[in-house]
Amino acid sequence: MSIIDVSNVSKSYGGVKANSDVSISVEKGGITGLIGPNGSGKTTLFNSIVGYHPIDSGSIKYEGQEISQMQVPEIARLGLLRTFQQTRIYGAMNCVENMLISLPHRKMSLLDTLKRNTAEDRERAEHLLEFVGLYEKRNLRSGSLSFGQQKLLEFAMALMNEPTVLLLDEPTAGINPTLINGLIDRLKRANSEFGITLFIIEHNMRVIMNMADTIYCLAHGELLAAGSSEEIQNDQRVIDAYLGAH
Amino acid sequence: MSVQKTGLYAALLIFIVASPFVFPTFGVQLGTLWLMIIVAMTWDMTGGQMGYNSLGNIFFYGTGMYVAALISIALVYDVGEYTGASGGGRYDFTDAQYFTGFVLGTIGAGIFCALSAFVIGYVTFGLRGPYFAIGTLGVAIAAGELVSNWDWVGGGQGITLPVYPGDLDEGKIFIYFAYAITGVLLFIFLNWLYKTRFGAAINAIRDDEEKAEAMGVHTMRYKLVTWAMSAFFIGVAGGISAFQLISFEPLESAYQTINLGIFMVVCVLLGGKGTLWGPIIGAILFQIFKEVTWNYFLGWQWVALGALIVVTVVYFQDGLMGWLRTTRPEWFGLTVDERDDDAPQTAAAAGEGAK
Repeated sequence: MSIIDVSNVSKSYGGVKANSDVSISVEKGGITGLIGPNGSGKTTLFNSIVGYHPIDSGSIKYEGQEISQMQVPEIARLGLLRTFQQTRIYGAMNCVENMLISLPHRKMSLLDTLKRNTAEDRERAEHLLEFVGLYEKRNLRSGSLSFGQQKLLEFAMALMNEPTVLLLDEPTAGINPTLINGLIDRLKRANSEFGITLFIIEHNMRVIMNMADTIYCLAHGELLAAGSSEEIQNDQRVIDAYLGAH
Repeated sequence: MSVQKTGLYAALLIFIVASPFVFPTFGVQLGTLWLMIIVAMTWDMTGGQMGYNSLGNIFFYGTGMYVAALISIALVYDVGEYTGASGGGRYDFTDAQYFTGFVLGTIGAGIFCALSAFVIGYVTFGLRGPYFAIGTLGVAIAAGELVSNWDWVGGGQGITLPVYPGDLDEGKIFIYFAYAITGVLLFIFLNWLYKTRFGAAINAIRDDEEKAEAMGVHTMRYKLVTWAMSAFFIGVAGGISAFQLISFEPLESAYQTINLGIFMVVCVLLGGKGTLWGPIIGAILFQIFKEVTWNYFLGWQWVALGALIVVTVVYFQDGLMGWLRTTRPEWFGLTVDERDDDAPQTAAAAGEGAK
């Protein structure tokens, strides 16, 4: 069963067609990949799904509900969360505070927010920081962490928010290659243990081929191919797009 | 709470209660100091903790003055007639009428200002950064002009309130304690609020509002509620101010955008934005600086004040608390955790050393 249905979505910036007539669907509980050369419209598609800009035409459905007209916070409150290509964390706070602020506010009334964080919240925050390997740095200002560590923190924050679907924009970019295997493992565990549906933009082919059940490939704003990792790897059009023959 | 902390708070409380009796000649200044502390702390709620630098908070101060005055008058007389006589007619207030007017007036001022913060915030919170500052400043200036042309509330002449029904010194002490109680309650309130999830959420809005939105935080709701809470306390302080000044007019004393409206920002910058104690320390420093220059450098006081603002903004942006935070991070708990499992590691290293 699909949880996100994007059908015939087009989006252009002035004369540039960032997405034209793109249709994809994300399976509930699975890991779906989105690849494509630089400038092929992957991030634009992400932004369209999470409501950063209105789409020109087409429809985007989340659990059967049309979300293409909704605002960013409304969509986020449905449990559809995204991380950013350039990480976004709260730089002035320490890691634990970053985690605690990521508690799912959509599940809280105003009165709930006037309570302090419980010991369980704190424990969960520390557990998730341990999960991404940032436990030792938990009391440091998050702005002082390296880019890769900030990326891991952002991932942990997303998990803290208990999303139904998590859209990850290049989760391994800027991460030390020796840590990538660990990250793949954690992403897979987030999917299998926490039951979070993952939709991932990734440039690192080894990573995405390793994880995704289904992969979509964009080029020049159009959907080029879709299929399992073997099908995509052997698709001549995908190879051409990456080598620039397109 | 630790023993030292309890001791510190107890000492402070004793000092607060004793100071008007110990320094009777400074009665008015001490009251004004509390006013500065209150407006600085409330400004910091949005400016420091939430990242929305309002230049229009003086709107709530002026509006608080007017609402408190109007309520206390309306309880006894017809407002139009009272202001029409502009202090000329004979309008007596009994002791009971004065105090009822004072209490209902200041609380009513707070409630009215909180409600108007919702309305103004709904419009202005679409603006970010400097646009929000200018937008709110515009609201305060426009309100001052509107009120000064509204005859029913006294027009440009303003309003004259009854004087305190006792002797003059007793009146000063009464006003002092009205401010002090408001200030202490505000401190207790903020000390609690900043430790809740709500406090963390407004910090998130300050640090990265777009991220907070993407995480599903109800940004608009929190912004409105914060500003309303802040406006409540400014409104109350404005109400007390009305009874302190007795006679006030709209542009110079109520909606005084260039005096108190800027002073509250300078206090917070001096002490350190986004901290609990920063605005308080800043307000005290500012008030001392202001009293000293106004007394000993008369004629140059505005130059000195301008120089203070320039130096603060250029060299001392994070204020006193911010400076301490960068030079003494360990006082604020910013440390690398020496993990428990370091112990066996060092033991192993020691073992290796022994070989």
